[in-house]
Amino acid sequence: MPTIETITSLLKNKTVGIAGAGGLGSNCAMALARTGVGHLIIVDFDLVAASNLNRQYYFIDQIGKPKVVALKENILRANPETQITIYQAMVCKENIVHLFSGCDVLVEAFDAAEIKQMLIEQASTLLPNLPVVAGSGMAGWGNTNKLKVECFDNVYICGDGTEEASEINPPLGPRVGIVACMEANTVLELLLKNITNENNPKQ
Amino acid sequence: MKITLNNKTEELDGLEQLSIQELLTIKNFTFRMLVIKINGKVIKRDDYSTAIVHPNDDVKVIHLISGG
Repeated sequence: MPTIETITSLLKNKTVGIAGAGGLGSNCAMALARTGVGHLIIVDFDLVAASNLNRQYYFIDQIGKPKVVALKENILRANPETQITIYQAMVCKENIVHLFSGCDVLVEAFDAAEIKQMLIEQASTLLPNLPVVAGSGMAGWGNTNKLKVECFDNVYICGDGTEEASEINPPLGPRVGIVACMEANTVLELLLKNITNENNPKQ
Repeated sequence: MKITLNNKTEELDGLEQLSIQELLTIKNFTFRMLVIKINGKVIKRDDYSTAIVHPNDDVKVIHLISGG
């Protein structure tokens, strides 16, 4: 088994892109920073709103701030060693390569299915060697055992694949947080794949 | 013919080829937002009826739903 020093010394040279800083992105970024991933590139256009606080890693006094600014503050409070590059911008076809071509792994952390689809399709086309870890299906509560990670070439989909968020099936903290950490855990699997983990013989 | 669909072997009886659109209909994939690949190559939505799946092809149909 590798020691925590071995793990963090490997992770500190890694760069992970986080597309979206909502329920998935804020929690996933925080988990990766705490684990010691050296560089995070976080992109989101939005501001922190009161309605975000049921599941996103922000605080009351940050309402109205750009999410990327607030998230950087929060991550640095947990791990000041993390290098954090932020862009307050909308991710689109035209800027994906510019934003994420230097990453070892890209995390899809948007809300709307249309933008998830756009990011995965464009990244798979323009940056075919970049693994993408995405979330699909996490609304509601309970049913923890339905959450899974499926691998499609180098695209990894975390979630249950069925519970779509809507007015009558809102995203809530625990399930969104679980899927955010499933994304972070999948990122670690990809970044640490050369370390043998004796507790996990499938690797 | 035999293809690999989402990492599983799929037997499509009596067919020697079919379009992505036909495959989606046969498999009853009704999700709105999809990312589709044939042998690792992304197939755009506009090409679903012209992109052809051949025997032994590796097809991935990833569906995305909202929430995050």
